[in-house]
Amino acid sequence: MTKNCHNDYKMKFTTDEEFPDLSLHNNHMAKVLTKEIYEKLRSKSTPSGFTVDDVIQTGVDNPGHPFIMTVGCVAGDEESYEVFKELLDPVISDRHGGYKPTDKHKTDLNFENLKGGDDLDPNYVLSSRVRTGRSIKGFTLPPHNSRGERRAIQNLSIEALSSLEGEFKGKYYPLDGMTDAEQEQLIADHFLFDKPVSPLLTCAGMARDWPDARGIWHNDNKTFLVWVNEEDHLRVISMQKGGNMKEVFKRFCVGLQKIEEIFKKHNHGFMWNEHLGYILTCPSNLGTGLRGGVHVKLPKLSTHAKFEEILTRLRLQKRGTGGVDTASVGGVFDISNADRLGSSEVEQVQLVVDGVKLMVEMEKKLEKGESIDGMIPAQKFVCDPQEEDKSIC
Amino acid sequence: PVLFDDLAAHLFKLNYSAEQEYPDLSQHNNHMAKVLTPEMYAQLRDKETPSGFTLDDVIQTGVDNPGHPFIMTVGCVAGDEETYEVFKDLLDPVIEDRHGGYKPTDKHKTDLNAENLQGGDDLDPNYVLSSRVRTGRSIRGFCLPPHCSRGERRGIEQLSIEALDSLEGDLKGKYYALKNMTEEEQQQLIDDHFLFDKPVSPLLLASGMARDWPDARGIWHNDNKTFLVWVNEEDHLRVISMQKGGNMREVFNRFCTGLTKIEDLFKDRGHEFMWNEHLGYVLTCPSNLGTGLRAGVHVKLPHLSKHEKFGEILKRLRLQKRGTGGVDTAAVGGVFDISNADRLGFSEVELVQMVVDGVNLLVNMEKRLESGDGIDDLMPEQK
Repeated sequence: MTKNCHNDYKMKFTTDEEFPDLSLHNNHMAKVLTKEIYEKLRSKSTPSGFTVDDVIQTGVDNPGHPFIMTVGCVAGDEESYEVFKELLDPVISDRHGGYKPTDKHKTDLNFENLKGGDDLDPNYVLSSRVRTGRSIKGFTLPPHNSRGERRAIQNLSIEALSSLEGEFKGKYYPLDGMTDAEQEQLIADHFLFDKPVSPLLTCAGMARDWPDARGIWHNDNKTFLVWVNEEDHLRVISMQKGGNMKEVFKRFCVGLQKIEEIFKKHNHGFMWNEHLGYILTCPSNLGTGLRGGVHVKLPKLSTHAKFEEILTRLRLQKRGTGGVDTASVGGVFDISNADRLGSSEVEQVQLVVDGVKLMVEMEKKLEKGESIDGMIPAQKFVCDPQEEDKSIC
Repeated sequence: PVLFDDLAAHLFKLNYSAEQEYPDLSQHNNHMAKVLTPEMYAQLRDKETPSGFTLDDVIQTGVDNPGHPFIMTVGCVAGDEETYEVFKDLLDPVIEDRHGGYKPTDKHKTDLNAENLQGGDDLDPNYVLSSRVRTGRSIRGFCLPPHCSRGERRGIEQLSIEALDSLEGDLKGKYYALKNMTEEEQQQLIDDHFLFDKPVSPLLLASGMARDWPDARGIWHNDNKTFLVWVNEEDHLRVISMQKGGNMREVFNRFCTGLTKIEDLFKDRGHEFMWNEHLGYVLTCPSNLGTGLRAGVHVKLPHLSKHEKFGEILKRLRLQKRGTGGVDTAAVGGVFDISNADRLGFSEVELVQMVVDGVNLLVNMEKRLESGDGIDDLMPEQK
């Protein structure tokens, strides 16, 4: 066991004295963390020195969020998911629809497997986007990594991305050293990410040393974008105006696989295992880490009594157009897949394509003053061939 | 390849060279950035205090906050009493830079005898709206707010409640824990300007002082509302004596009496305040070492504050101006918070004397300027 001086010092205090007050809290961590679990885990430390207090700090500091049920815990390295499994397995199960410690996750980045998706109505669907995250094996994660690690990640990323060609040829813009003109352009393109202000992120330590070793890479066509060292080592984004999700997803899969090959050549593959899929900072992003979504105009449907129910059944989630913790503006919603773990990339994007298509048709009906009762969908499930109980498929 | 076995966690970062880890301070303007060379970083990076506070912990706030428009920030904090020893190669020069050339061999003088103050009971209340003296105290044996655990913070709160509950007479009062205050109590504390809120200043947030908020934080004040103790905000204890008007003498008297009583009560319970003869009272921010004392007034100086020599006058009087909202705010309506600039190397009495004498002079100057007269003959020498 790694000697962790700070953690050992805290062991002078009893579990009761150290156990956080979660009485006002509403997040996954608070629902799961009992004194017994805390007692068991508090003496442990990952090899890089991440402790259970580090895992839960963001959830202690942020009791609850008005729009979404937050996770309330983060990983500091790949080993966190193993060392703190007594806490993280139940959190994962709770967050990912009952996903069990013995379940296997399926990865499918073969865009040919997506059906349709090239014809979402651009009068309603303003833009389409697919993003995911990737962590680079051998480095600790954003809540915990040092400046040296972050810079090494940046250097590797620049090398890898600089070797991309064709539609992926592009350029890297470090946050630290951008000209005013470059910054203006990136803002105008909606590419620029800024220092996190959300306390969900700052309390987990992800904004330390900002803007050191953070940057944005994008292709010349401005349809493929990589964020370096924001909430994850890499965030990979494919996006364009309009409703051709098929094209967006194709570019996404092709680009991602090219990038992965290059990292592998440098002996730094992506963190992945057959149980959790792609390992990311936030347990909510495990599995595919994929959020495929559209900005879509649904002013009538969004005020319908059954809107929430429809979304739930379609396994979709709504957000404001400003990002994870914002409200919607002017009837335009960000609609994306709710699932991350237990279903593949293709399956998740399929849900978005089929679901958004249906909701646009519903919106059109409501516009004409017609009812949508006959269109309410049945609950969708994601089919796992390893699942013994096939009745859910 | 990284070797994990038997490697102390804080040394994981030694996989990277000092150069790879050294922060980029090229945009920075704070005391830490002026002092921390790559060589110094290389020498200190493998050290930690017994409770596990490291160099990166000390400097994080200064790395994350390159500079402040109104004041030269310190850019580093202590996580425990030992920080000032283990990281002396960094902190001694920071202290020297911040505290007017204070040397590692200098001795600090403590004087909490209010009788030694001359005058101070008659600052003109038409100008001096309120008077206040505050300091901080750290309880020996516990880590400091950037680093302390929930268990420690609660231990500090418990001890504090016990000690404060036994105060009597003019100092008799009550404790209000932040986390279970009623709406009414909260409103009253806001109206009295007593309530402290979760820090929003990035200077404080970046050093980890807001963790677990509002657990084990609270406010104690006497029934008269003139003596106030903050528990577990930026320091273990912040002790404040205040009242409307210009009777700084009375404020300081109550301050000394109350503080001395509290110190005795903690000692009775087996806990002393962190103090040593070189640094005086040991606090979280190196800027508060020594007396930790900030004595000040809210004073109307609309004319003088626009005078071209205002900054120079303050400097010569060894005074500092702030906005009335606290350390990183701007002045509103010509009303300034004027207080002593020094903390270390002068005693409490000496610092309050400077405020009393200095504010008297500033008010006289203001009156002169109001009548359209000059103030050249009133210009002070450098104190």
